[in-house]
Amino acid sequence: MPDAPAAGRTALEDPLRLPVAFAHVLRRWGLTIPVGRLPLYAEALGVTGVASRQAVYWAGRATLVSRAEDIRAYDGAFHQFWEGGPPPTPRLTVPTPVVIELPTTDPDKPGPDPAPERPDKTEVVRYSAVETLRQKDFAAYTAEDFDAARRLMAALRLRPPTRPSRRLRSARAGRHPDLRRTVRRALRTGGEAVSLAWRAPGSQPRRLVLLCDISGSMEAYSRALLRFAHAAVVGRSRVEVFALGTRLSRLTRQLSSRDPDTALAAAARAVPDWSGGTRLGEGLRTFNDRWGVRGMARGAVVVILSDGWDRGDPAELSEQMGRLHRVAHRVIWVNPLKAAPGYAPLARGMAAALPWVDAFVEGHSLDALQHLSEVISGLDEERPAVA
Amino acid sequence: MTPDDVTAGLAAAGYLADEGLATAVLLATTLHRPLLLEGEAGVGKTEVAKALSRMTGGELLRLQCYEGIDLAQAAYEWDYSRQLLHLRAVEAGHGDVATAEDELYSPRFLVRRPLLLALGGGDPAPVLLIDEVDRSDDEFEAFLLEFLSEFAVTIPELGTIRATEPPVVVLTSNRTRDVHDALKRRCFYHWVEHPDFEREVAIVRLRAPSVPERLARQVAAAVEAMRTMELYKPPGVAETIDWATALASLGCTELDEGVIAATLGTVLKYREDADRVRTHGYAALVAAGMAGSA
Repeated sequence: MPDAPAAGRTALEDPLRLPVAFAHVLRRWGLTIPVGRLPLYAEALGVTGVASRQAVYWAGRATLVSRAEDIRAYDGAFHQFWEGGPPPTPRLTVPTPVVIELPTTDPDKPGPDPAPERPDKTEVVRYSAVETLRQKDFAAYTAEDFDAARRLMAALRLRPPTRPSRRLRSARAGRHPDLRRTVRRALRTGGEAVSLAWRAPGSQPRRLVLLCDISGSMEAYSRALLRFAHAAVVGRSRVEVFALGTRLSRLTRQLSSRDPDTALAAAARAVPDWSGGTRLGEGLRTFNDRWGVRGMARGAVVVILSDGWDRGDPAELSEQMGRLHRVAHRVIWVNPLKAAPGYAPLARGMAAALPWVDAFVEGHSLDALQHLSEVISGLDEERPAVA
Repeated sequence: MTPDDVTAGLAAAGYLADEGLATAVLLATTLHRPLLLEGEAGVGKTEVAKALSRMTGGELLRLQCYEGIDLAQAAYEWDYSRQLLHLRAVEAGHGDVATAEDELYSPRFLVRRPLLLALGGGDPAPVLLIDEVDRSDDEFEAFLLEFLSEFAVTIPELGTIRATEPPVVVLTSNRTRDVHDALKRRCFYHWVEHPDFEREVAIVRLRAPSVPERLARQVAAAVEAMRTMELYKPPGVAETIDWATALASLGCTELDEGVIAATLGTVLKYREDADRVRTHGYAALVAAGMAGSA
């Protein structure tokens, strides 16, 4: 372990030694430091010099930090490395061991095997099993059910509706003449612009924003929806995922990993209060202030998964839903409780939010998720007659 | 050069930078890498590039990003109408259209946009401002990444145009979405904060010399108080300057509840925010102002 004075002396012998040692500490504070940044940091130190604390501090901030969220961790690591401060508190490095127990489908692992000796019957059994599974409530899922549902869920596809893009593409006809191609063609016809080439706006899928309530009662549904979201995040880049708990956590980065289990475990670590209580209004407010109204929710399809049990102030929730609704293309509320017979949206939060919701769906089972993906695509709007 | 020299140079150019920003600017200019500035709207990100251009004397080339921005607006375009006219002329003079092609795609028909202009060099090197890069789309960001790593633009008809001397590049982002990691990796990064009280007073005094010192202090203190009121859009430095200027042009020398009510629209741009400040009471702002000017 480098102690600061010793590290300072050896820096003269090998200019990279010090940055490497500092990067080691930074990584323990949770920062991602690409190796390629280290020579740049060494160069930066060469420019600012190492005589003053401020010079060393700012040279590192400008080269090794690239997100405002990382500044606090940088400060901690700086204090530890250069000034003998304390190492990171365990919470930052050792994640709270609340890992989502999504069962791993390990083919090598011995486990309950669904009667492989009777191939003649499997077909039928599997079919009806799938049928039941499709309608089974996620809350009643066993580990095996989640396992079996994985494959079915991977087959679900999210196709957000499109909007006209501002980027022009070559087209057979359009309003914007493509002068570059017109001149090219003119060369072929002896310098006379006989035919005009055109450009027209293309189309682009709308951004999809998922806000998942992760309070206790919603946990099973959140897991299912996150898995569903994972397929979507990997499939296309324009999906943003947030967890709503006692505070808002952004999960998009964690969910962008290819492997669903790693992604969900990373997401679970990123959320400080998995299965705590929910303050929907405050969470939405943070979302609106920091991301949504600034651009992320503009023209987007926003999906909120929650039972509407809010420990906060319903007036705040209503106000924030209104803000969200004014900028979003559509707001879809997924409430798994809606599937229960005789359900009425009486929870204060739910009642406050409903006036700002464009579509209110169940999302409690695979079939319901299938329906949700249709609602997201806007199929329910465009083709109401098709069952 | 030291960060202090940069601070002094920027101050002479009308921008009061803190040490962090000065260091980042120093690194970007000496190590020839772009500087990415992020921060709330209205903290003065764009102003940095303008001041930098005044400081170095390099020409300011500004590229405002928006969704769908493409090479034709960002880098270069051919002057199509002149190309067509030229073709006509060749044809009328019974020239050979086939050989006219080479002439058509020569630099004289090239329209240079900010990115290409920035490669042209100059003494001192131009300052390229790529403003609100978060508004552009993925396609453009990918192109920008290539441009910023090579400082070169490839034009199919002409070949690759390389910078004779790398320009000073400043990118700004309001964080409506995350800028790509690969792009960030090319850049030095600085998060621009709201200035502290004394600096904000100094900025108002510098940018709006017509505002008396006492009023500037009161306005800066009142704005600082507003930033703690959980507003949708907390006022930035730009709003502080606007407000102070508005008050000075109305002949005010002191904040009182009446003038606050009359001029609040220059600081707060959301009805809900105005309501929130009103429920806190204008008296609170006046009191904060008094404390600030004491």
